[in-house]
Formats: sequence, structure tokens, C-alpha cells
Amino acid sequence: MTKKQKKMLYRICAAFVLFLLLFAGEHLGLAEAITHGAVWFFLYLIPYLVIGYDIIFKAARNIRNGQVFDENFLMMVATFGAFGVQEYSEAVAVMLFYQVGELFQSYAVGRSRQSISDMMDICPEYANIEQDGALVQVDPDDVEVGSVIVVKPGERIPLDGVVTEGESLIDTAALTGESVPRRASVGDAVISGCVNGSGTLRVRTTKEFDDSTVAKILELVENASNKKAKVENFITRFARYYTPVVTIGAVILAIVPPLFFGGAWREWIETACTFLVISCPCALVISVPLGFFGGIGAASRLGVLVKGSNYLEAVAEMTTIVFDKTGTLTKGEFKVTEILPKQCSREELLELAAHGEGYSNHPIAASIREAYKKAPDLSRVTDAAEKAGHGILVKVDGKDVLLGNEKLMQAEQIAYEPCESAGTVVYVAQDGVFAGSIVIADTVKDGAKEALAAMKRVGVKKTVMLTGDRLAAADHVAAELGIDEVHAELLPGDKVSRVETLLGAQQGKEKLAFVGDGINDAPVLTRADIGFAMGSMGSDAAIEAADIVLMDDDVRKIAAVVRIARRTLAIVKQNIVFALGVKILILILSTFHIVGMWGGVFADVGVAVLAILNSMRALKTK
Amino acid sequence: MKKKFKMQDLDCANCAAKMEDAIRHIEGVTDATVSFMTQKLTIEADEERFDEIMKEVVSVCAKVEPDCKILM
Repeated sequence: MTKKQKKMLYRICAAFVLFLLLFAGEHLGLAEAITHGAVWFFLYLIPYLVIGYDIIFKAARNIRNGQVFDENFLMMVATFGAFGVQEYSEAVAVMLFYQVGELFQSYAVGRSRQSISDMMDICPEYANIEQDGALVQVDPDDVEVGSVIVVKPGERIPLDGVVTEGESLIDTAALTGESVPRRASVGDAVISGCVNGSGTLRVRTTKEFDDSTVAKILELVENASNKKAKVENFITRFARYYTPVVTIGAVILAIVPPLFFGGAWREWIETACTFLVISCPCALVISVPLGFFGGIGAASRLGVLVKGSNYLEAVAEMTTIVFDKTGTLTKGEFKVTEILPKQCSREELLELAAHGEGYSNHPIAASIREAYKKAPDLSRVTDAAEKAGHGILVKVDGKDVLLGNEKLMQAEQIAYEPCESAGTVVYVAQDGVFAGSIVIADTVKDGAKEALAAMKRVGVKKTVMLTGDRLAAADHVAAELGIDEVHAELLPGDKVSRVETLLGAQQGKEKLAFVGDGINDAPVLTRADIGFAMGSMGSDAAIEAADIVLMDDDVRKIAAVVRIARRTLAIVKQNIVFALGVKILILILSTFHIVGMWGGVFADVGVAVLAILNSMRALKTK
Repeated sequence: MKKKFKMQDLDCANCAAKMEDAIRHIEGVTDATVSFMTQKLTIEADEERFDEIMKEVVSVCAKVEPDCKILM
């Protein structure tokens, strides 16, 4: 509790004791002893002032500033009204109850704010710099690019950089939600915000603090609550009309029935006071952003950064997801997927190909050598020549070897067997005889299939894949993952127009998301309703262009985000319906004199507190 | 120019909304948000008149909730 809250607590206790004494006295016979009403008025005024002096003070000050319809003013008028109709104990009790509710509300909001910021507690406080042989702690802001900082075990890495000395395991959980630590040794890039594990590292910084990953993420999360969801804007606008309308209703109720229909003044003024107590819109205004804040917090705990409440709202209505293939669904690394020998064994074919490609630095050569696992013995390789657009002509162990595409086989008049597999095919011939073929293809990411199935389960209707790759390769991946629609052989510009066509096909509130690695597809990310980007651990372009960033590039998280978004939206809607429902109910009941001011106070602060507690559930979504 | 300020004792969500609205109506302010959750004011305004605008911001906020201070 803050100092201010503690002070309030003491005031509440004092006023409560005084009130109890008076109340007991009034009902235990003192009422007969003191018959003069004015005495009771002054007696009850004591606890009233103890508990409510600040309200009256604030109300007066705000009226001077032209802020008429604020809650202080409304509470003051309501309780004055109660005094006016000689309901002294009720006036004090209402003020007391109101202050208790306010205190609890401020405490609950403070707590929830704290629990969210604790979760985002990734900000490094200092950096260690070596000066004259001793370690000095400095503000990360003051460290220049290119300085060497020392990160001790257990410390948070303060700035992005490259390891120059040492080896350690790094815990990236705060940024990515990934619990398995990463190994970092000399030459590896490390990013700020991660916690260093076991070893001391020396890191040469590559960015200033303001540009570092941790600063960017913190800024994102803080700004997230600035981008408001539609419901949020609706409630703010609603609140602007709600209070004046209810207040005018109160005035009408206080005057019209007694004046024209012979109602009792006392009764109707009390109803009007109840209206005034209910007219504060705080429960609504507070619980909506709090719910979204919790939802964004829950997502960031999973390593997913949502840049605004509006995007969370959109995710809940997402029905179509468009994927970029390379880097998103596939790893973007080419690997040997098939070895199809004609006469020899698979190992012999691979050995031959790996040696034949021994001198080449083409990516395909690299993947063949990688599949071979051993370093090729280059002394066996002679007379290597590259034929552009065809392949390689080389001598391995003195024998002529050809490695290349169909064109090479045709040009050299080799009787080869065409291979229909998806991917890039390397045909191998030895001494003019076809030896077999090797297929190289991009591999599907771990968990991509699972991710797509999970998305379908949470209600995504259509999955689409866009790629610049050949149709055969694209179809192969789509079939493996179970994707509904494939558009292959696209140029970068085609992707935007494809997404626009898909956007046009959306109905009503349905939303379309695009998932990409953020490198070439910034325009598409912006064009889609929601742009998901792979954070790739600190790729600025991706973080900038997207609406939602998957920090560890794991597409499985998308389904989880949908779940969080749905739950958050549900909680927010519950709050709105509940708060409005109770308020309207109490308004109606008090019009018929069924509930008094007590009910009004419940409809105001009681509802606010319940709505806040409900909002906190959004943070706990797994 | 875009700048961020911390706010102290911003106690009511509705007041935050009112302040935001009032700040946006100040001449020279392109955009403003008062976040009740983070207790922060983000303001985008004319660079040349920034100090002048901030004075006005402080005074409109004081009108809405005099207890709340903008830490500069």
C-alpha cells in the first residue's frame, strides 16, 4: 500500500468507529434522550467530515475549474441530499462505503499494474565496464557502441552485442518464453534482456541502449495500451454521455413526481441521490483497458508482443491466416531430402556428389557436403569446372563426374531418369553413365504442422500459403502441413495483390492475418488486418513492420494468442454487460424505492471492484 | 516531436480519458494519450512551441484532477 492508501485506511477506521458508536447510541435509547434533531445532525457530521472532507474539498475545487460532473461532486450532492432529508446515518454510511470501495479499487489497480510490470521486468539496471582493471557499474544509457562490457553469471545482459570472450548458457525466457537456454560463445550475437547463465561473458556492444532489443520491447509494450480497441473507444464515448444523462434523470426525479404527482419530497430526493451515486462511469472506464492490459501481458509472457489492444481485438475475429513459406513455415535451410542411387549404394552416391561439389561454394553444394557429414578429401578432386546454369564437370579419383540439372544431362547426352520429387534435383553421372540423383529441399519447421492443426481448432477457417518458390515444392509443403490454399511462383509485388484479393473475400467482421519473417514482406504485413512477424531474436525490420511479433519465431504461439484474445474479449464484454446491467437494474429498482443509496454505492464501487478482479483473469490465460 | 512523461497520482480512469481529450484540443498538439494503466502521458506536438504547449497541458490536467502531477 502506498502512503496515501494507508492514510485513507486510518481515516476509514476512525470514521467507522465513530459511526458505529453513534449508530449504536441512536438505536439504544439515546434517541429519546436527545430529541433535538439538530444535535444528531452535528453528531453525524463528525464522522462524515472525517471520511469525506477531501471529497467536498475536491468537488468545490473542480466546480471552480468547470468540471461539474465528476464523482466527487456527485457524491457530495448525493450525501448532502441525504442530510437534507434527515437520513444522517445513511449519508455517513454511503460516504464510508464509497471510500472503502475507492481504496480497494486503487489498491487492486495498483496490484495488477505491478504484476504486469513485474512480468515485463526485463530492463537491465546497469552495465559492467572495465576501467583501470576494475569493474565499474554504469548506466546502460552511457555505454557507447563498440565498448566491451562484462556480464557476470546471473546478470541481465544490458546491451545487444557480440561475445568476445567466454562461454555461457543464456536464458532468453523473459523475451521469448522459451525455457531451454541458448549456448553463446565467442562470435555469437547476444541480445539485451536475456539473463546470463553460468559463465562470465565479455561482450562488444553493437547498439546503443535506445536501439537495443530490450529498449524496443519495453517501448512497444508501453505503447500497446495507447492503441485502443474499438470497445475501449466505445466505452470512453459512452461515459461522456452516461453521467450527464443519469444526473439529469436524478434532477427530474427529485422535482417532477413530488411537484406534479403529489409524491413525498423526501422519498424522491433520496431516489435522486441514489441516481447520482450510480452515475459515475468509472467501473466501465477502468475495467476495459485493464482487461486488455492483462491480455497483452499474458501474451508477452509467452514471448508474443502485441502492439495494441486493437490488434488483440482483431485476433479474436481472425478467420483467415496467410503464411509466407520460407522462413515462416519452413526453416529456409536447404537440406538433402532424398538420395536416389541408380546402381551404387546411397552412401557411395553421396560420397561421390560431396567430393564432386568439394570446391563449389553454391548453397546446394554446401547442403550436399553437410549431408555427407565428413569433410571431402579434396586431393581426390581435380579439374573442377563450372558450367553456368547447368552444373559442375569435375574429376574424382580420375573419373569424369557430372553434377547438375537436366540441361547438363541433356547437353552431355547422359541417359538419365527424370526425378519428379519436389525440390531441387542434382543429377549425378560418372564416366558418362547415370549414377543417380539427389534431391535438395527446404525443410518444414518443427511444430509447423501442429501449429496449423491448433489454429484450425481455435476456429481459423482458411489457411493460405504464398511463396515465390516453384509450384511442386510449394504443393509438397502444403500437403505435408495441411494448408488449404497455395499460391506459388509469386513475385514480391504479387503477394500484396493476393492478400488484397483475399481481404476482399472476407465477410463482415472477419479478419485476415499475414504471417511472415518480416524481411521482404513489410508491405504485406502492413496491408493485412493483422501482421504477425517472426522476431528472429532482434530483427528490427520485423519488429517495426508487424502488429504482433513472435519473439522466438514459433508459429505454434499463434493459436495461443487467439485463445488469449478470445478470453480477453470475453472478459471485457462480461465486464461491460455486468457493470451496465447492475447499474441499470439499480436505477430501475431505486425509481420504485426498492433499493436506497446503499444499492447505489454497490452499483458504483462494488461493481468497479468486481470488474477489476474479473479483468485480472485475462492476465492468467495460459 | 514526441515525448513521454510520467504521471503521479493519476487515480481515476475517467479522469485520464478527460485529460487526454482536453490535451488533444490544445493547439499544436497532433496526438496525445494518457494511459491510466502505465501512468504515462505520451504527447506529440510542435517542436518550436513545445514548452509553451506543455505549460498548457499542465494547466488543463490540473483542471481535471489537481492532485495529479506530470513529472518533467
